[in-house]
Amino acid sequence: MLSSSRSHKPAFSHLLAGDWLTIILSAIIIAYLFQTLWSHEQAAKVQIRIGDKVHAAYDLNQQRDIIVHGAIGDAMIRIGQGKVRFAKSPCHNQYCVHQGWLNHNGQVAICLPNQVSLELIGAQKPYDSLNY
Amino acid sequence: MQIQTNIDDHRIAKLAAFAIALHMIEAVVPSPLPGVKPGIANIVTLYVLLQYDFATAAWVSMLRVFASSLLLGQFMSPAFALSLSGALLSLGALWLARHLPRRYFSAITLSILAAFAHIAGQLIVVRLWLIPHASVAYLIPIFAVAALFFGFINGLITAKLLYNKTQLSAPDKSVPDSP
Repeated sequence: MLSSSRSHKPAFSHLLAGDWLTIILSAIIIAYLFQTLWSHEQAAKVQIRIGDKVHAAYDLNQQRDIIVHGAIGDAMIRIGQGKVRFAKSPCHNQYCVHQGWLNHNGQVAICLPNQVSLELIGAQKPYDSLNY
Repeated sequence: MQIQTNIDDHRIAKLAAFAIALHMIEAVVPSPLPGVKPGIANIVTLYVLLQYDFATAAWVSMLRVFASSLLLGQFMSPAFALSLSGALLSLGALWLARHLPRRYFSAITLSILAAFAHIAGQLIVVRLWLIPHASVAYLIPIFAVAALFFGFINGLITAKLLYNKTQLSAPDKSVPDSP
């Protein structure tokens, strides 16, 4: 029927029991790596920093606009039921506003000219990438 | 003056030349993700390890890393450091894994372990030197998937090459002519 079974062994018959074990164990380790290193947990709070100090932390489960006084002017941060964004910023390039809504644990939006940053934190912080 | 060479040196040179050629081919093939490469030159290292011994495999691997970086003009550059650290850790993994019983573990296991060690070596250099930032951790799962996939494919090719080699030296008489 299959010509490959006559003259030479089909490719997968080279796999021995230990090889299957290696492949399965590797796949499990990779799945674990994805789960721990790519946590797509929903964030619970947003921490706002101005300059080098923490300004405040707000719960994300609310609808609210917050005005903060940054280095060059007032920025508006909008919290909308589980997500947060820069709504208005006095900065020139508006990168922070264009970044849009953030909702995952560990995400950050930083406005360098205005020295305002948002960091989303969950029930427990995954790790501190801003201070590291 | 002439350098005295023996048959082992000639064999190492021949195999290393083959590995360098594969490395060159891979260098011109574009990769969908920067840093993710199939590592086909490792097929030669693995084949040499299983066909000859560890010392020959180490020579072939190191000659390949140094000669390829010279040919590509990357000697002592970050690309060379990545290549060297990957090759060294991968040789370390093979040094340990060659003691696994051959009855249960074929070239495929060795290849997958070597591929994981290779990306581990590269990521250590990236983390300590090139991008000293914790965010490098986000790349680990992607590189691990690539290592498993390409490690498996390279191992399969090596197993096939070794199998064909044994078939050539001892042809199977029981094969029927036609179905």
